Amino acid sequence: MTECWSYSLRDLLLFSPRTYYRLFELYNIELWPLQLLFLALGAAILLLWRRRSELAGRALAAIIALCWLWVAWAYLSQRYASINWAANYYALAFALEAVLLLWLGVVRGRLTLAPVGSVRQRIGLGLFVFAWLCFPLIGPLLGRSWPQAEIFGMAPDPTALATLGILLLCGVRPLWWLFPIPVAWCLISGATLWAMDSPDFLVAPLGALLAIGIASSSRVLKSS
Amino acid sequence: MTAPTSIPPPPNNTRRRILGIIAAAPLLLPTMGLTLQNRPATRPIPSSGEPLPLVGLGSWITFNVGNDKAARDASAEVMRNFFQAGGRLIDSSPMYGSAQEVIGYGLKKIGRPAELFAADKVWISGGDEGGNQMEESRRHWGIPRFDLLQVHNLLSWQAHLPTLFAMKASGQLRYVGITTSHGRRHGEMEQIMKAEPLDFIQLTYNLYDREAEQRLLPLALARGIAVIVNRPFQQGDLLRRLARHPLPSWAAEIDCSSWAQFALKFIISHPAVSCAIPATTRVAHVLENVGAATGRLPDKPMRARMAAFADGL
Repeated sequence: MTECWSYSLRDLLLFSPRTYYRLFELYNIELWPLQLLFLALGAAILLLWRRRSELAGRALAAIIALCWLWVAWAYLSQRYASINWAANYYALAFALEAVLLLWLGVVRGRLTLAPVGSVRQRIGLGLFVFAWLCFPLIGPLLGRSWPQAEIFGMAPDPTALATLGILLLCGVRPLWWLFPIPVAWCLISGATLWAMDSPDFLVAPLGALLAIGIASSSRVLKSS
Repeated sequence: MTAPTSIPPPPNNTRRRILGIIAAAPLLLPTMGLTLQNRPATRPIPSSGEPLPLVGLGSWITFNVGNDKAARDASAEVMRNFFQAGGRLIDSSPMYGSAQEVIGYGLKKIGRPAELFAADKVWISGGDEGGNQMEESRRHWGIPRFDLLQVHNLLSWQAHLPTLFAMKASGQLRYVGITTSHGRRHGEMEQIMKAEPLDFIQLTYNLYDREAEQRLLPLALARGIAVIVNRPFQQGDLLRRLARHPLPSWAAEIDCSSWAQFALKFIISHPAVSCAIPATTRVAHVLENVGAATGRLPDKPMRARMAAFADGL
């Protein structure tokens, strides 16, 4: 096993950047205009958050769980697995996150919604809006084509970041059970992009580390 | 001027054609000679004497294009041109994502050339699942049997080699081999080469990774084991490094027209090497690669000059 550590990330990359981004392109073209529905779901999440009822919290958790299930099946299992055999394991992890969201958020109602009153919640709101509206622009801004845009609810990176944003927004105390999978995904994705020399490789890991850091120190940062 | 009319064939037509061909032979020979000269050079597989072109086709990363039809068609064109240029050996592995399926797609599209030398690997822990994996690989390729199966990165080689030797004995396989890459586990590979009746080994060897010259390549020569060379361009890093400098004028002495050919000629001119397997997505590159096995190859002093030159860059 010691020899595993002598491989660089580039040695372990199974596909070319062209193939990786083409996967998003074909996925988006094939499913258009489903992107509009997922963008609308992002708006629905914000509306539910503003209502701040227990039922709205459960509905919000159901929407995010649906997004994780969709990414697990439609992207990771049906598409990414065709070029990366590890993607089936990622799909299982995404499905597990969906189950956790359903259990903690929908069944037990632990995703309590509150107005923005702390630094943690402000950053959570910012992270969610970034993942929802700004993340799809990163690819085109870096010279990739519009069909290669990564959309919240359809692509794993913005879905993971948006979920971390929601987790910072909701609840008095962080729901720690829901953090590990999105954070792990952001780190894996960052490593993959780094191996492909993609200039945006830091976006998802930095977002995840910010979420973890803020969640851990939320008491200290709580505003007056 | 009238249109030509149908002229009855002269008597003894066959004899006239034969005489015509003989008369035209001096005119045809240069063309025939050129054609033959442009076919890639071969080296016999030591365990059988079967000639194998010195340049093959790898599939790591380049053929892992998933279900993208345009990319699959492009891969098929690379394969078509590879065979038309005289190539034979294509190498893959179950580790390479969709590469096996893409090869199968390409072979079906271009009509599986008879010259194909199908090389694949078994890559799974434990021996029990090896048979299933090899069968699945064969189905992906869409071929009746593999020519060569290798134990990928020596993974569970103790379990897989007896299976492969049994397959060879029963005619389900022609050759058996083991692989490593990136210069890893050479000591273990050496022990297996000494102990097992291998037909092939596969390892990394190129202008900058030359450790195999010390023990493994001489041992392969001594034991009559064919050598497939992977990572001839270090996944492109080697060519990017060389491309910053002009090709030396003396490269013309060995009929090199590019750095890729320079790097490949260095590898395939080692007497122990049977085949280098560069991977590519481009038709122009596959023709350039196979072209490295044509023309003059460097002799020992020239090989030393090439290595020293590369080290000095």
